[in-house]
Amino acid sequence: MRDLLASAGAVWWRNAHNFFTNPAFIVPGTLFPLFFFTAFAGGLSRIEGVPGFGFEPGYTAWIYGFVLMQAAAFGGIFTGFSVARDFESGFSRRLLLASRRRTGIVLGYVLAATTRSAFVLSVVTAAALLTGMELHASAGDLVAMYALAFAVNAASSLFGIGVAMRLRTMQAGPAMQTPAFLALFLAPVWVPFDLLTGWLKSAASINPVTVFLEAERGFISGHPTKEGLAFLITAGLIALFVMWALRGLRSAEAAA
Amino acid sequence: MSGGLAGQVATLARRSATRTLRQPMMLVPSLLFPLLLLAVNTGGLDSATRLPGFPTNSYLTFALAIAFVQGALFAANSAGNNMASDVETGFLSRLSLTPMRRASLLVGQLGGVVVLGLIQAATFLAAGIAAGAHFEAGVPGALLIVLLSVLISVAFGALGAFAALRTGSGEAVQGLFPLMFAALFLSSMALPRDLIETDWFRTVATWNPVSYMLEGIRSLMITGWDGEALALAFGCAGGLALITLAAASAALRTRMTRT
Repeated sequence: MRDLLASAGAVWWRNAHNFFTNPAFIVPGTLFPLFFFTAFAGGLSRIEGVPGFGFEPGYTAWIYGFVLMQAAAFGGIFTGFSVARDFESGFSRRLLLASRRRTGIVLGYVLAATTRSAFVLSVVTAAALLTGMELHASAGDLVAMYALAFAVNAASSLFGIGVAMRLRTMQAGPAMQTPAFLALFLAPVWVPFDLLTGWLKSAASINPVTVFLEAERGFISGHPTKEGLAFLITAGLIALFVMWALRGLRSAEAAA
Repeated sequence: MSGGLAGQVATLARRSATRTLRQPMMLVPSLLFPLLLLAVNTGGLDSATRLPGFPTNSYLTFALAIAFVQGALFAANSAGNNMASDVETGFLSRLSLTPMRRASLLVGQLGGVVVLGLIQAATFLAAGIAAGAHFEAGVPGALLIVLLSVLISVAFGALGAFAALRTGSGEAVQGLFPLMFAALFLSSMALPRDLIETDWFRTVATWNPVSYMLEGIRSLMITGWDGEALALAFGCAGGLALITLAAASAALRTRMTRT
């Protein structure tokens, strides 16, 4: 256990330090969700006037629910990029040699993803509150809302780590980004599920992100919706991607 | 290399076009991503047509213009990357030893952008027609959309070339892409300007030339022949093209002198 925590702590510290001290990492990682929040909440606020929209806290809060998910998911994916970069620079090879419990490496990257997402989510939340977002959530709803966001962050980082450890190159970027991007946008991003049309509605009906968004927006409005299902799906995804990441680690060990 | 300006331009344009067409990683995303965004927008925002004052009852027809402008942003990336690669590999240095004119190099390099713009415009038009988009101005209007779309591609392509010539780095060109993406999102992309409720956003969209490029294309699909919208669209795209071409030409002069 001590070896596991030592490896995890070292990887976490290095990645968190890199994120906070390198503008090339912190600026795009923070600006990306902020930009989407500004563009969607500012440009589409009139959408709340569409018959059947009916989200009491307003359109800014509606989009905040999406940006929360986006920041959480991409915080994890960007951590996958860090893993790939570490393999390209040769650092991961040295890390694999030095670590006594290599599972700790995966844990360290997941903790680093949580740290960077905590920062980005704080900035986005501050921006949303400053621009007048209404939160109708209770304290318990808020805790559950952020817990769900961090759980999604853990699932996406495990997915990214698994891909990066198998491919071990920055060229794996699209393989991590594209599924996350598609999953996020094939969901009720701008309007409620009932107002979606055509094939997008069919895709959203089987997309787990739809449940996450409905749960997050339920917490925001103070009327939790599908929260149990959302946590259950996230737990399933985490379990699945833990295996995916650990098998990726074995693949990297075999190649080292 | 053949003698006159036209010959030089033709040779370099052929090289640029061939190079663009031989890079599926550059061609495919520039067609696929705008179509994907169109599909997502159409399914996700179709209910916006129920807003009072929305100019059409088909969000597909409204959103199709975005694909043309988004495609032009990819053209900037393509032109910039190709130019940066020529700087990095020393091709530009070797060209500077020939009696070739600076103007022909720039115009020739943008030949690839024109070809890419034409392929994109034809693809987006075909996809729009297949999906049921409406073209109020008919076939001549569709042809004018192709022309405007290529002009927008040249304007953004020259911007990419400027960034490449100024910095000599493909990475710097990549860094330009998010800025241009922001210009697209902070425009009347998703809703008409008069339906944008947030004051600061409407002001930004009104000052943003991308709004007028979108509105020019949209006018041909939704209202027919709207002289003001077309004049603004061609004015903004042409004006931007002149500025970015002049900037790229100045950067090329500096780069050639250094070489």
